[in-house]
Amino acid sequence: MPSYVITEKCDGCKALDKTACQHICPNDLMVLDKETKKAYNRDPQMCWECMCCVKICPVQAMEVRGYADFVPMGAMVTPLRSTDSIMWTIKFRSGTLKRFKFPIRTTPEGSAVPDGGFKSSDDLKSPLLFTEPDSSGMKELPPVKSLSKVA
Amino acid sequence: MAKFETVEVQTDVLILGGGMAACGAAVEAAYWAKKNGLKVTLVDKACMERSGAVAMGLSAINQYVGVKDGQNTVKDYVEYVRNDLMGITREDLVANIARHVDSTVHLFEKWGLPIWTDEKGAYVHEGRWQLMINGESYKIVVAEAAKNALGAENVYERVFITEPIVENGRCVGAVGFSTREEKFYVFKAKAVLAAMGGAVHVFKPRSGGEGLGRSWYPPFNSGASAYFTIKAGAEMTCQEVRFIPVRFKDAYGPVGAWFLLFKSRATNGLGEDYMQTNKTELEKWKPYGAVKPVPANLRNWLMMLDVMAGKGPIFMRTEEAIEKLSAAVSDPKERKKKLKDLESEAWEDFLDMTISQAILWAATDTMPEERPSEIAACEPYFIGSHSGASGAWVSGPEDIAPKQYCWGPANMTTVKGLFAAGDASGASSHKFSSGSHTEGRIAAKSAVRFAVENPSMPAIDNAKIEKLRERILRPMELFETHKGATTDPDVNPNYIRPKQYLFRLQKLMDEYAGGVSTNFTTSEKLLNKGLELLKALKEDSEKLAAETLHELMRVWENIHRTWQAESHMRTILFRDETRWPGYYFRSDRPQMKEDWKVFANCTYNPEKNEWEMKKREILSIY
Repeated sequence: MPSYVITEKCDGCKALDKTACQHICPNDLMVLDKETKKAYNRDPQMCWECMCCVKICPVQAMEVRGYADFVPMGAMVTPLRSTDSIMWTIKFRSGTLKRFKFPIRTTPEGSAVPDGGFKSSDDLKSPLLFTEPDSSGMKELPPVKSLSKVA
Repeated sequence: MAKFETVEVQTDVLILGGGMAACGAAVEAAYWAKKNGLKVTLVDKACMERSGAVAMGLSAINQYVGVKDGQNTVKDYVEYVRNDLMGITREDLVANIARHVDSTVHLFEKWGLPIWTDEKGAYVHEGRWQLMINGESYKIVVAEAAKNALGAENVYERVFITEPIVENGRCVGAVGFSTREEKFYVFKAKAVLAAMGGAVHVFKPRSGGEGLGRSWYPPFNSGASAYFTIKAGAEMTCQEVRFIPVRFKDAYGPVGAWFLLFKSRATNGLGEDYMQTNKTELEKWKPYGAVKPVPANLRNWLMMLDVMAGKGPIFMRTEEAIEKLSAAVSDPKERKKKLKDLESEAWEDFLDMTISQAILWAATDTMPEERPSEIAACEPYFIGSHSGASGAWVSGPEDIAPKQYCWGPANMTTVKGLFAAGDASGASSHKFSSGSHTEGRIAAKSAVRFAVENPSMPAIDNAKIEKLRERILRPMELFETHKGATTDPDVNPNYIRPKQYLFRLQKLMDEYAGGVSTNFTTSEKLLNKGLELLKALKEDSEKLAAETLHELMRVWENIHRTWQAESHMRTILFRDETRWPGYYFRSDRPQMKEDWKVFANCTYNPEKNEWEMKKREILSIY
């Protein structure tokens, strides 16, 4: 079932208005069962295995099991995402383990400034976009042959 | 459905979607709107941090021209795209994106996206146009800048847009509903920008069980852009130019790094390199068959010929590529390090953007340095941002476009006030993530300008809105009314649930419009039969039922897909040739024809409920 919730670990995000997995799933698949106070994937057939839910779960209660209709059993891929990097643990069917760590961003979370420190023009009619030409690294837009005067 | 509250939102510029193009639009519109005292509102059906095609992440930026360092020119990019699409390209649109895209990439870097650099600080290229990134959080970073620009109060998440509002030929808003609360939304705006992605699950996927959702492009991109623009009455282009990517088989892991960075070959089951053994086939598709790199659809085609001849499986020769790359390092210690780096790069490629492929390799105990992995053609998708081209026919930039292509501000559709970007705009392929963001910026600046220059809005007819509300919410009423008639709510003669409706659509597209099961082959006879079946399906869409808000979203996603399907079949039928044999093959018109070097466009007329097909000439800049 693509993404699934481990019964013992899920705490339903402690009765917040929505769980983290519900908040993030791009396909609106995660639901909080009001009686058990635990989340579940309502339509595993529509799961893309993007692992957004697995990465965001505050108590590591979510995992992904490869699609049962073509993936042999026994493997597991587990992400551990921090503010600047992600560590992946890959367990093979044979039991072999591999681990990789990659950076995910170079700036502190929440700090993306729209103009990136580049200067902008203020002509609404010009083809120059916000932060251009500064952000293009050139003095002006790259030249393009124009057909606007001919044809 | 009286309990649904109607929420009305008045704004100036309305951005529909939350993916790469919409995030670009948000950043751009926020700046120009502030200067001109306008309000910008964005509506996303999911959560912006992880919505759209880049939700999972990406391992590369596929469009970077590198103009400032003299690596390439805008002209180089236009020629590359034109050849890849067999001559069918709006060069003015491609050039416009290409002259701005580097600026976008430089912004991504400032926002915090890690782009690989070499010891001299230069970007590491995967290929001529592609940059390597550590892209797990690509979308998070880009959405963060967009939200910071707009302000959280101007972003509506989990609201699914279903229909345009058009008055006197001008698009003045959109309606939809919340997927979380019983709320019907009416957004009124002076300018509307559609950027709701492409379409998946129109065709039957290869896996039909639990793996149904494992499409290459995400299953939540469900044709909202195409439906919205078609229903608004906009002229559409290249609706026949679907995209079929060749990817690692079943989990659809990316092949770009293997082909471009690792220089891998692909061979058939007999060990033959089909790009060599089937080379003469390229002659038939000249002049495009003679260009380098060979167009994506022709590379597909040479592979498909071997598959059809029973020469599979097709393998990516990962073991051979790694052996070659490491053998090039003579020092044993350095070679060991090189191997370790290659292993890490190969795994990150999957982990950043197709985690399923990493699971599949682990589950099949696949070590890429030891043995090759299968590749295969995916089912067809509608994605104007990649090597497909479907989307709305939009106005070109006034300083570049010939007058035939210029009727308003850049990226405005043929409907006044309605703009399109990313997968929503057609005939400007190879935008990918960075170019889509860029096109969102271009379209947003235009939309702001349009809102400034057209401040007075036509009055919106409230009766029309009420009718839309009734129609959009009706599937829930239908379910409530009839659910008790049978003991199993799934089997009920009074309605059809969206999942079975989806299977019906996919089955007919697969069998009649050239899906996987027919080796992407179709014909006039097959298409006419398919259109007949689609007509009945469209009629039955009135009987779609929904038990929950989530299911109501599925209902409307499937209606959106149906219109994408119809415009696709009609346009394949109209184009009297085969031009992209590796995307679809017309068995009754097996050749490319010079007089079909034109755009095949279609327009739906809502008043007459008719489709008009027309040719548009191709005007070349270079």
